[in-house]
Amino acid sequence: MRLGILFSGGKDSTYATYLAKKFGHEIVCLISIFSKNKDSFMFHTPTINLTKEQAKLMNLPILIYQTKGEKEKELLDLKNAIELAIKKYKIQGVVTGALESVYQSSRIQKICNELKIECFNPLWKKNQVELLKELVENNFEVIVVGVGAYPLDKTWIGRKLDDKFIFEIENLQKKYKINPAGEGGEFESLVLNCPLFKKKLNVKLKNVVGEKNSWRGEFE
Amino acid sequence: MILLISTCREKFHELEFVKPIENILNERGLKFFSKHYKNISEKDLKLANKIIICGTSLQDNQFLDDVLEFEWIKNFEKPVLGICSGMQIISLIFGAKLKSKTEIGFFNENFKKEFLSLKETHEVYHLHNNYPALPKNFIKFNSSKIPQAIKHKAKKIYGVLFHPEVRNKKLIEEFLK
Repeated sequence: MRLGILFSGGKDSTYATYLAKKFGHEIVCLISIFSKNKDSFMFHTPTINLTKEQAKLMNLPILIYQTKGEKEKELLDLKNAIELAIKKYKIQGVVTGALESVYQSSRIQKICNELKIECFNPLWKKNQVELLKELVENNFEVIVVGVGAYPLDKTWIGRKLDDKFIFEIENLQKKYKINPAGEGGEFESLVLNCPLFKKKLNVKLKNVVGEKNSWRGEFE
Repeated sequence: MILLISTCREKFHELEFVKPIENILNERGLKFFSKHYKNISEKDLKLANKIIICGTSLQDNQFLDDVLEFEWIKNFEKPVLGICSGMQIISLIFGAKLKSKTEIGFFNENFKKEFLSLKETHEVYHLHNNYPALPKNFIKFNSSKIPQAIKHKAKKIYGVLFHPEVRNKKLIEEFLK
């Protein structure tokens, strides 16, 4: 099936891309929504502008759609973006990295249903520690690019996902109910390398901005 | 031994509709095996003590063309739980007709009688474009017009139109007790 990926450049949408390919589907484009609203429930991630570079590394075309990120109106922008992908790349379905969020997934389901295309959520309800372990096992090089919950602080920015990271985040889950996959906005991730990339994405942490338990890295 | 039956046309969709139920069984240390409905044999049905027929995606209606492959349900004497497409299949096998109605996301559902541990009002997750009318010899447990939770009058055959693996895992646990 010809599929488009709703792509943010983080671990979930990249791993969903990897799984779609593993199951024999043809990935024909990435779809990235650039939101101007930093508080958007649907789309905002701090390093969304790096998706263009990641697409080049995967040798995939990327369809970028800008949105102001206003609640519910941003869904019209998402629908327009998917419609464009249907026309331009003849996609028959969309793949998302949704894990737990019914808010996000049900809205995407509704759009795909209206457009009469398939919607795949291969990480849906997946055990989150299991997901982190699979990423490490499958050679995904992932770093933290933003944090948004106590007790995570600026020292987590730029940290690599590895066994030590998983051990610590599991402990934080037990103690503070931190969602280990960052699904509740606890942290945002960026994939620097994985089996889909021709070579590693080279980025440099320029600055860390924020306060208290809300920080994000600025990369170049 | 529990048998999970996939109704997904695309194997990739099983990660979304079968795997979450496998996870529930794994977490509780229950023995199970999963198979697509096209590969079910007499031996599988004999081996299974309980069966869950899992759901599929909104755009996947392949199971409706293949519903006769589920004729075995009529004479099956062990417990069966049909989820979404699974409930549609059970209802069609017992003579009901399908109607159109799209419901996606969380909805509050009231249970007038206890249904596999659910009573009074619960939030449930819907993902369907069709629903079956209530088949003959089945009881409806929910208050709203559309049958959302049903059971055969004499057999342990259950159906839910919503997806209990998302918000109502207790229902699945109760079925497996």
